[in-house]
Amino acid sequence: MSLVELEINGNKVSQDVEDRQLLVHFIRDDLNLTGTHVGCDTSQCGACVVHVDGKAVKSCSMLALQANNSKITTIEGLADGENLHPVQEAFRENHGLQCGFCTPGMIMAAVDIINRNSILDEKTVREELEGNLCRCTGYQNIVKSIIAASEKM
Amino acid sequence: MYQFNYKKVETVQEAVNELSANPESKILAGGMTIIPTMKQRLASPEQLIDIRNIEELNFIREESNNIIIGSTTNHFTVSSSDLIKEKIPSLSMLAEGIGDPHVRNMGTIGGAISNNDPTADYPAACLGLGAKIKTSKRDLTAEEFFVSLFETALEEDEIVISISFPIIKNSFYMKFPNPASRYAMAGVFISKNESDVRVAVTGASENGVFRWNEMEESLSNDWSKSSVENVKLSPEGIMSDIHGSSEYRANLANIMAIRAFEGINE
Ligand SMILES: Cc1cc2nc3c(=O)[nH]c(=O)nc-3n(C[C@H](O)[C@H](O)[C@H](O)COP(=O)(O)OP(=O)(O)OC[C@H]3O[C@@H](n4cnc5c(N)ncnc54)[C@H](O)[C@@H]3O)c2cc1C
Ligand code: FES
Ligand code: FES
Repeated sequence: MSLVELEINGNKVSQDVEDRQLLVHFIRDDLNLTGTHVGCDTSQCGACVVHVDGKAVKSCSMLALQANNSKITTIEGLADGENLHPVQEAFRENHGLQCGFCTPGMIMAAVDIINRNSILDEKTVREELEGNLCRCTGYQNIVKSIIAASEKM
Repeated sequence: MYQFNYKKVETVQEAVNELSANPESKILAGGMTIIPTMKQRLASPEQLIDIRNIEELNFIREESNNIIIGSTTNHFTVSSSDLIKEKIPSLSMLAEGIGDPHVRNMGTIGGAISNNDPTADYPAACLGLGAKIKTSKRDLTAEEFFVSLFETALEEDEIVISISFPIIKNSFYMKFPNPASRYAMAGVFISKNESDVRVAVTGASENGVFRWNEMEESLSNDWSKSSVENVKLSPEGIMSDIHGSSEYRANLANIMAIRAFEGINE
């Protein structure tokens, strides 16, 4: 066991973890933030995407200890109280989700995409979503949501 | 995942000491290969030595007509570096085509070449540009470094420090990504430095990345599209699996070579 200390959605946590504990399991099982999902065991689906020090990463492929002393944002940390984040709002407005399983990862990826690209077109969004799989929507409305959000942000 | 100990180190010396003290240790860089492998229980090191925070390994700089990249520099940093975009645009394009944005934020160039996955992209750039690899013990040419499938010249207690790429603007990389994994089904890197032509192929051979001598000769004799079209890769020794037969992959390599050649001449 080793001590991990980090800040998640603005809250400081300090806890012992097994060295082999994956960040996603630390977030879900130890911190009870179950918005972050696990959709595969091949590091391909992106349901587990969170931001570590502002960078989008797959939390299923990172150890909790690698995130020691970092600042993490998960899907739970985006909204401001009752007010949804513009990307969350855009997904709701544009029907950007069906079952919702991929959505937390999609939205965390989308925030990162919008942060890195001042102008977004459909082609760029589709390329940038390479690491996020959705089994329901056919991506059409996800892409629409992200472009709509980028125009508001 | 099996149990292991995790250890973060701050210097190259510390990393090397840990490796020598415990031969069952493995380096952890971006983790984009080793963690998925350990999750599948295909690897079970006793200790992971995290080198991602070693400051001296994270850099990109220009030095006497080379671009030198520190081993823990991640793919995103390489793809977005203005220096690399200007000096070796083919390298920044290659980095941008690796996996997806989340993988590029973590995966490192040192990890990618040390792993020597037969379908990885960077090994093609190393051979295709004639890179030199600096380790904690010595300097190696790319030809010396890449030995075979998942095998490099690295010894148990040796780590990659940096990779030095000669600045060759006349270069291009083209891969046909596997539609599911995005790893190359066949990828061809071509460079032309005055009369010196190099052609490297990844994704195809059963022995990992290789220099395509016949194509190099053909292009050295006559730098033209018909020289590329006249050479055909033999399916002998080319991988065959559920994603494609040897014949299919060999043909893909032929086509990637044509497109890479066109990329240089555009
Ligand atoms: C979904 C997905 C898609 C991907 N797509 C592609 C792709 O299209 N093309 C591609 O090329 N790659 C792809 N990759 C692999 C990615 O590029 C990895 O980043 C890379 O293979 C390994 O780098 P790493 O820093 O993550 O290494 P790690 O996983 O940390 O380490 C890999 C191996 O190298 C050793 N090692 C690491 N650094 C050093 C060092 N400095 N010295 C000595 N040994 C070292 C480790 O001990 C380990 O054995 C993909 C990965 C994923 C998860
Ligand atoms: S759970 Fe699928 S990529 Fe992380
Ligand atoms: S909405 Fe169901 S997986 Fe994307």
